[in-house]
Amino acid sequence: MQIKIILLAGILWLSSSVASAQVAIKASVIYTVSGTSFRNGVILIKNGKIENVGTASAVSIPNGYKVYQANVVTPGLIDARTVIGMSGVLNISVDQDQIEKSNPIQPDLRAIDAYNPDEPLVKIARECGITTIHTGHGIGALVSGQTMIAKTKPGTVERVTIQPLSMLAMTIGPSVSGNYSSPGTKAKQMAMIRTELLKAQFYLKKMSDKDSSKRPTFDLNMDMLSKMLKREIKALITANSSVDIMNAIRLSKEFNLSLVLDGAAEAYRLIDEIKVAKAEIILHATMARNEDDMVNMTRESAQILTAAGIPVSIESGYEGYVPKTRIVLYEAALAMANGLSFENALKSITINPAKLLGIDNRVGSIEIGKDADIVLYDGDPFEYTTKVCTVFIDGEVVSDKCK
Amino acid sequence: MKYILIFFCSFISLFSHSQERPIVFKGALIYPINGAPISNGVLVVNKGKIISVGASDSKIPADAEVKDITGKIIMPGLVDTHSHLGGPEGGDGSAALNPDARAMDAINPSSDGFKKALAGGITTINIMPGSGHLMSGQTVYVKMREAQTIEEMLVVNEKGVYGGMKMANGTNSIRNSAGFPGTRAKSAAMVRELFLQAVEYKNKINKAGKDSTKMPERNLKLEPLVEVLNGKRIVHFHTHKSNDIITAIRLSQEFKFRMVMHHLSEGWKVADEIAKAGIPCSVINIEVPGGKMEALNLSLGTGAALEKAGVKVAFHTDDGITDSRLFLRSTALAVREGMSREKALEAVTIAGAQMLDLSSKIGSLEKGKDADFIILSGDPFSVYTKVEQTWVEGQKRWDISNPADKAFLLGGYQVYSTDRAEFHHHKNEENEQ
Repeated sequence: MQIKIILLAGILWLSSSVASAQVAIKASVIYTVSGTSFRNGVILIKNGKIENVGTASAVSIPNGYKVYQANVVTPGLIDARTVIGMSGVLNISVDQDQIEKSNPIQPDLRAIDAYNPDEPLVKIARECGITTIHTGHGIGALVSGQTMIAKTKPGTVERVTIQPLSMLAMTIGPSVSGNYSSPGTKAKQMAMIRTELLKAQFYLKKMSDKDSSKRPTFDLNMDMLSKMLKREIKALITANSSVDIMNAIRLSKEFNLSLVLDGAAEAYRLIDEIKVAKAEIILHATMARNEDDMVNMTRESAQILTAAGIPVSIESGYEGYVPKTRIVLYEAALAMANGLSFENALKSITINPAKLLGIDNRVGSIEIGKDADIVLYDGDPFEYTTKVCTVFIDGEVVSDKCK
Repeated sequence: MKYILIFFCSFISLFSHSQERPIVFKGALIYPINGAPISNGVLVVNKGKIISVGASDSKIPADAEVKDITGKIIMPGLVDTHSHLGGPEGGDGSAALNPDARAMDAINPSSDGFKKALAGGITTINIMPGSGHLMSGQTVYVKMREAQTIEEMLVVNEKGVYGGMKMANGTNSIRNSAGFPGTRAKSAAMVRELFLQAVEYKNKINKAGKDSTKMPERNLKLEPLVEVLNGKRIVHFHTHKSNDIITAIRLSQEFKFRMVMHHLSEGWKVADEIAKAGIPCSVINIEVPGGKMEALNLSLGTGAALEKAGVKVAFHTDDGITDSRLFLRSTALAVREGMSREKALEAVTIAGAQMLDLSSKIGSLEKGKDADFIILSGDPFSVYTKVEQTWVEGQKRWDISNPADKAFLLGGYQVYSTDRAEFHHHKNEENEQ
């Protein structure tokens, strides 16, 4: 009995020491993203948060901190838009939950009911330094469902989720007509989604009736569209061709939606229109294939949009075959190789998506008080031959591969 | 066959308008591949061929046009051992075995996909039909020459042929339709049955000798397989999982055909067995495994594992699976996971050339070889490096300083039409056991 108690106490002590581990990271370069970069820098981590950051001469390492060494350090990376955890590595029907083909408009589909934190693609992303993902329902439906934001930790969805409801995922483009017998044309796509939004407007109006007996029965779909009409959640509209992007802008204007343009392959041609519409941009992977509605993509998009004053967040997006997902670290690297500055390339996978997703109070930069999501590299993060060594999420090591 | 060879050789000389004056490139770091890197090297080319490769004191022809490219890097034009550029099509749905189908009858020589190859520094490509069939047909070896017809692009190799035979096993070639295998064992059985027919056909031809009256009737399916059995035409075998790799080796040993294995997601698991069998391997480097069951254990460490075991390793794009414009990048990923820089460079040059029986003409910078080379702005394995120029047989085919050429590197602004490499989705993955 006594032995059991000692054992139990030991286990409790061990587990609590892991949870509240105090860690110091020393690095040749720390890119904080939010402020100055530090050469010979130190980050202190306590209780899963960033306790301090600065140069080694300014930040001394207290006793009892476990010290990690790295060449280069960045904040944990953020994938602005993915479907991993919904879409699995096997690519067979049982691990593909990102699109439900029974109906082209299904706002009631929750991402949290499908997201699998133990999905191998999530592990791969984590090992590549991606610590936060905006994931959920995919492209190819007028409204495919809801999206969510999670840390890439394994465990239950409850344990890893930052926001269970982030946006409503919508698509305007040829992929919708590929998935459903109707709509078959662009005009029909717009007619169908407008019809549904008009219904939701009517529902919203009726719901606010002072006489509760006159209110309609609660409807999951209408409720979710109402949230979007009230701008409580953003409209995440995947649109790539110029025509489809303009359709998305026209729709947002008609219904006063808070528009996030996703994919946006031809956004580089529509700078003024995007600015007037105040649309935010989640840009396709730089290495996405230039086919179908993305045939006209350019690898300079990130640079062109950034130069025009439009912040860019780069996504992995959706892949239907091999590779089953992209990795935003590599996509930002290619954007940099095609004109984006190093600084802006790093922002496109850290602070820019954090702001767009409304989670920049917690993640996206190395600042005191933020979550201790940190990535350690053995060289320039964007160099092809550089390895992601150690990855911290909430102060815990979730990947350590350079031993 | 000899006549065909002469025909094509004359075609090639007709259409390659080689420069009259020699061109000298000096000041660059040269990776000749067949030897140590030469800093401040001198490359001399004339009439489509390499005249000399050497140090700064190399002899420079008096009438030469001299280009000082100090600070740049020169290496051989890249050899892509497996690509689907130009629209070779996937393979005919009428049967699982189509040795008579020729990719050359489908390819569009004006495809803008070839601009991607040039932008990526690729000068020679093995264009293959798809992997949805046990045998999808005859592949073609082409150079990125200016061409209006496929004939102008062909490269006849040391064995007198300009292509191989595409085969596949594993899940892509298994499907639930008439004439196709439903299992791995059936896949192998169907291949063996066809090869037995080919052996019989070959024996009849040999027995007939010069007696044309005893010669068997021409058979378009079996003729190319006789070339395979005679070692003229190399089998390019798509295979991913370790058990499928071993099956491919078993088949090649039973019928003694020469083979290059392709993709090899799980090559790292059976590297020693591959080495023992002496089969050269053309590996694909993809940063994320999966997307189909047989690629679940794909590793960027395969190149390193095969190198360590002593296997000859090439790389390929499998364009549109990876992009020809990023061929060097895929090589860098293998270096990141432990492959030597030296072998990684060989894997996109001389090793690939050997796997196509073309190493006497291409794959290294040596006197007498074709003047296929690329000029890089920096280290071949760096994200910051650009392919600046791509030369094919002494002709500059792509130049980043030319906006019309650079447009194909970047894309957008209607530069690419809808004519591009076929991208095959294999929808029969759920058959995987």
